[in-house]
Amino acid sequence: MGKKSEVIEREEVVVRFSGDSGDGMQLSGTLFSDTAALFGNDLSTFPDYPAEIRAPQGTVGGVSGFQVHLGHSEINTPGDFSDVLVAMNPAALKANAKWIKPGGTIIYDEGNFTEKNIEKAGYEKDPVKEEKLDNYNIIAAPISSMVKEALKDFGLDPKSVLRTKNMFALGMVYWLFDRKLKYTEDYFEKKFRNKPGMAEANKVALRAGYYYAETIEALTPTYKILPAEIAKGTYRNINGNTAAAWGFMAAAEKAGLELFIGSYPITPATGILEELAARKDLGVKSFQAEDEIAGICTSLGASFAGNLAVTSTSGPGLSLKSEAIGLAVMAELPIVIVNVQRAGPSTGLPTKTEQADLMQALYGRNGECPVVVIASSTPSDCFHFAFEAARIALEHMTPVLLLSDSYLANGTEPWRIPEMKDLPKINPPFADRTEIPFLPYKRDDDKLARSWAVPGIPGLEHRIGGLEKTDKGTVSYVPENHEHMVRLRAEKVERVANEIPGLEVYGAKSGDVLVVGWGGSYGYLLTAVRELQDEGHKVSLVNFNFINPLPKNVKNVFSKFKKIVVCELNMGQFADYLRIKHQEFSYEQLNKIQGVPFTINDIKEKCIKILEDNQNG
Amino acid sequence: MAETQVYKYTPKDFKSDQEVRWCPGCGDHAVLSSVQKALVELGIPKEKFAFISGIGCSSRFPYYMNTYGFHSIHGRASAISSGVKIANPELSVWQITGDGDALAIGGNHFIHAIRRNIDINIILFNNEIYGLTKGQYSPTSTKGLVTKTSPFGTVEEPFSVGELVIGAKGKFFARTIDTNVALSTQIYIEAAKHKGTSVIEVLQNCVIFNDGIHDTIAEKEVRDDRTLILKHGQPMTFGKNNEKGLILEGCKRLKAVKLGEGGITEKNILVHDALEPNPGIQYMLANMKYPEYPVALGVIRSVDGPTYDIAVQEQIEGIKKTAKIKCMDDLLKSGSVWEVE
Repeated sequence: MGKKSEVIEREEVVVRFSGDSGDGMQLSGTLFSDTAALFGNDLSTFPDYPAEIRAPQGTVGGVSGFQVHLGHSEINTPGDFSDVLVAMNPAALKANAKWIKPGGTIIYDEGNFTEKNIEKAGYEKDPVKEEKLDNYNIIAAPISSMVKEALKDFGLDPKSVLRTKNMFALGMVYWLFDRKLKYTEDYFEKKFRNKPGMAEANKVALRAGYYYAETIEALTPTYKILPAEIAKGTYRNINGNTAAAWGFMAAAEKAGLELFIGSYPITPATGILEELAARKDLGVKSFQAEDEIAGICTSLGASFAGNLAVTSTSGPGLSLKSEAIGLAVMAELPIVIVNVQRAGPSTGLPTKTEQADLMQALYGRNGECPVVVIASSTPSDCFHFAFEAARIALEHMTPVLLLSDSYLANGTEPWRIPEMKDLPKINPPFADRTEIPFLPYKRDDDKLARSWAVPGIPGLEHRIGGLEKTDKGTVSYVPENHEHMVRLRAEKVERVANEIPGLEVYGAKSGDVLVVGWGGSYGYLLTAVRELQDEGHKVSLVNFNFINPLPKNVKNVFSKFKKIVVCELNMGQFADYLRIKHQEFSYEQLNKIQGVPFTINDIKEKCIKILEDNQNG
Repeated sequence: MAETQVYKYTPKDFKSDQEVRWCPGCGDHAVLSSVQKALVELGIPKEKFAFISGIGCSSRFPYYMNTYGFHSIHGRASAISSGVKIANPELSVWQITGDGDALAIGGNHFIHAIRRNIDINIILFNNEIYGLTKGQYSPTSTKGLVTKTSPFGTVEEPFSVGELVIGAKGKFFARTIDTNVALSTQIYIEAAKHKGTSVIEVLQNCVIFNDGIHDTIAEKEVRDDRTLILKHGQPMTFGKNNEKGLILEGCKRLKAVKLGEGGITEKNILVHDALEPNPGIQYMLANMKYPEYPVALGVIRSVDGPTYDIAVQEQIEGIKKTAKIKCMDDLLKSGSVWEVE
């Protein structure tokens, strides 16, 4: 393959594939990121797609994108601004123009920039001029006509031919970054095992794109991103939903229990149910319920019967599950409820990300109804926190609410695969056969967990339910007993704090500003804080994964900083929660409610403003 | 498998130490006693029974049974008992529910459990009223019933339980009266033996809020004439001396007739076939109402079919046999992975 005139080494680069929702951009992006991962780059990806499966063609509302951020250094976010944008139509340019780095490269399909499409995207005549992109590296590639030409002898119908456009574009991007085509070609072989013609057509389109970029020397200079320095081990790319599903399976194996998931499809949580439904080989029992309520109720039944029980949902579904979570609290049965948050309220922006279900997770039930609340913070750590959620549920006999979000669920990153032998064994407090008569609400002194007597064991027959009970398990309306039990259940959840890790501070343990985040904003916050640190600012970061109970060292960590700023994708729910739990501090806020993650800039600007106010004040 | 064992229980073995708190005269007492009698006959060890209920007067039932029990939330017992059975198919799972619990707030779970044919036994206490909330109309209340929430009479059509069960692809439907302990016990035994969802509608009397609602057909002096106890393979006759019966008129509707009148002999009387998969006649039987017809009691429909819980188990076992992935370590290392040295 051809030699390149000039090659520049870059620490990191962001590429965005963008087109109509039927243009295959998700696939181009995935293949590009897999190739980068195999090459040894660190990376982070994020797909961004409309709620409609096929929104009106050529409109901005129907644009589907896939962003890949790859680097020689550590990568923690999918990136804010792209170095290279692939725009399959004018609408894709319109949707992304303000997210291209100044002077960046734009590859667009000339054949699709027709008068009609230009108008449909909301331009008048010349998108490049109207967006003021004259100083950018614009590559107007005749992608549609080139694939038609390249595949003319394949005897394919015109629709199938045009479906390979995404591979032509991908071929061009491979050339820009000097990547090998082998992984992608192997993918075609596997995917089109029974349609060798299609495999070959895709390969031809891919190579045609690659050679076209070479011929026109599409980019001078071209980029080179060396492999990242990554810890030794075996890696794979994983998204948050798959990682969570696997975390639950790992927990089931470590607890020696069968895994049951009762769920109802809902964006963006469905991937968890789909992944577990496919894992019959590992004995997972998956139940697609008639509604959200049945999702959690079948799981609760399975928990009563002795399985590791899980239900997955997103915000609207969590609302429907509230009453049953209350039953789980009262019955003190182990269950994990995963809420993959999306932008609300109501149907809201179902494919967009937000962190606005925190108060719902903490308090959204009738009565005094505490549950353990945990939030994962990267796509791959969804595995760890799903495992932890299951472990805590089983060992403490309590419902655990695990928060993820649309960004984590769909985003991918390389993940060093753990070995099962390195994960802790999970020991549920199974009732002893000698505990006769069995008293269902008798607790251990340490965790306050009640024993779990699974139906089928002679002599341990007992009744549980939603009515208030005494310690012995009989229904009771005695006022003092109710208060006693409410306090016991709260204390049981509180005691989980005894075994969760303390907050980790990224950066110096004291300083001018402490950036506080929780859950999925972690990558953005970390990147921004590191840049601020590199610029000489005394800024550090803590990111919470354990929300209820909070880690024990919060006060100690917070007290070492002059200012605390809580950054979250909502109106300030975690800040308000901290105001309840740690009233001794005052909290500034950075909030964003746009259905998209923070940008690095959002965070840096806020911190710098606080630093300046500090100096002036 | 454990070797076959004979369990010598008496109904007392199934009584818990809890004081039964239903109103004196409530039909629930008789249902409890019939169920306890039936369980003795099943040859199933006590620890294998799980009683799951929703909310309502009848849903206190599990507290009075010395078995595993779970008193849950309003309407959700079908979903919870489905989960119990799928998680552990070896259990004998019984759902206790009422006309409000199963057919109003829990209607969705009820029909889907039946559609899936999960092997649970659903005892539906039908007193055509909300008792625990003190007297509001339910989805089975007769049109026009005056209650606290329908002071001028309801204007809505009630559900017929059997019609709904058959419409939801139900394979077992039986009906009994709370006070008929012998018939009820026999039906519970048959329901337990049936593989798949069994629904038993119990015409139950709420002594406080809807007292005597079933008296028209259930009272001693009239019940022989106004009910028909179906037995599979037997002619559908009723009356004190079996002098009445059912015929199929014009191949489209049932008709109650007197033997000997209009040339009708025993040969004309329909023979009950509970095992017939086509639900046509069973559907008509389930919907018979007094005074045009006697009300059908007994097992109206009992058809074999694959059950969900076993299908799930078999699918998993089948896939496991040829699966390349046997444990989590296999899965973690499957597909596209790479080494970093």
